[in-house]
Amino acid sequence: MKKIISFTVNGAKQELYLDTRKTLLKMLREDLELMGVHLGCGGGDCGACTVLLNGEPVTSCLVLAVDCEGAEITTVEGVQQNSELHPLQQSMIEKGGIQCGFCTPGMVMNSLALLRENPQPTEVEVRQALSGNLCRCTGYAKIVEAVLDTGKTMTNSEEV
Amino acid sequence: MKAFEHYAPDSIEGLLEMLKSKPNVKLIAGGTDLLLQMKQGTAQPETVISLKNVEELCGFSVSKNGYRLGAGMTLRGITRSNELTQNFPGLVYAAGVVASEQIRTLATLGGNICNASPSADMVPPLIALDAVVQLVSNQGQRDLSLSEFFKGPGESILKSGEIMHSIFLPHPSGNMIYSKHAPRKFMDLAVVGVAVRLAKKKGKINEARVALGAVGPVPFRAEKTEALLAGQALTTELMLEAGEMAAGECVPIDDIRGSAWYRKRMVKVHVRRNLEALR
Repeated sequence: MKKIISFTVNGAKQELYLDTRKTLLKMLREDLELMGVHLGCGGGDCGACTVLLNGEPVTSCLVLAVDCEGAEITTVEGVQQNSELHPLQQSMIEKGGIQCGFCTPGMVMNSLALLRENPQPTEVEVRQALSGNLCRCTGYAKIVEAVLDTGKTMTNSEEV
Repeated sequence: MKAFEHYAPDSIEGLLEMLKSKPNVKLIAGGTDLLLQMKQGTAQPETVISLKNVEELCGFSVSKNGYRLGAGMTLRGITRSNELTQNFPGLVYAAGVVASEQIRTLATLGGNICNASPSADMVPPLIALDAVVQLVSNQGQRDLSLSEFFKGPGESILKSGEIMHSIFLPHPSGNMIYSKHAPRKFMDLAVVGVAVRLAKKKGKINEARVALGAVGPVPFRAEKTEALLAGQALTTELMLEAGEMAAGECVPIDDIRGSAWYRKRMVKVHVRRNLEALR
């Protein structure tokens, strides 16, 4: 069964005719070719598919696309501005928070949600906020460092 | 996944009507449990009705008697409410230790209850706060104590055509503390969940609630332990005795998360610790 659904993705309006079974994750990858949304576990445990739904982080593998009528969705492709990397993305590179890169988009999206709410989080707050994002390379230390550093360098929460 | 029709009514009336007329319906709120079941094939609805557009189910209201929390409130919404944090810190704590930020954005209070998992983190705190759930159907509404809601793992007394509308919490007397025992603080299901509320008067316990999760087929009140505490002064001996008694009241199973033996031991520890924290 199919349904017409309209929403905004990374600032652009979209209208699609979708199978009701399609998850937000699959819709973003297959219909809009946003390959930064990664399928890891498919069960909400790993966080690799994290996107922002109306500004809040969600595991897109556990959301039906047809449940997103009217929603605003942001993926990692929508984070950079004027083709400049977001300070958080820059910081992830500089601090060595990326190794294989599979978890990175999810880490960035969830960290972004944290920084918008709490621009200068403590280490404990960062670790708690990222507890739903698994990384098997870095041991987390460098990712946490990157988020903390972004918080320090960006004084105005508007910028995040 | 089997094909299904998807509807998103914007009123309770519309929702109840569809619930009656459509075949093989599943309601979806957050979907964090239902979608897993559908992916695994353990749920194969022909109709999925979303609760997202029913505004009446979201948010909370306060009256002279207490708070009414919409079943559609997200756990994230609960943790971000200053008013709820002020009045029900133990409940807000429980909402904050469920899964992850991403899951809490989606997961709802009503979903956590209606899924009827013995380890649901919201349930022991709500029971300890004397929560009353309001169920509505085309036939009208009924209110009943949350401790009477569950029938077994994954089973509740919710009838077909009926939905959970809201959860009523009387203004709390005394403090309530919830503690969750799990290998990881987040992203794990509770091995044991213990909620304790004590109301005190002139140095003695006036009213006691001890609600236990993940140590029986349904979350339940340890009534013998509550009776033991009532009317007493909270001494170290009493705390130890209460822990022992609560452990005796639970009927846990052995599973991947812990053995029955271990769960009883942890109930004993957590009941005592929570009592200590409430001293």
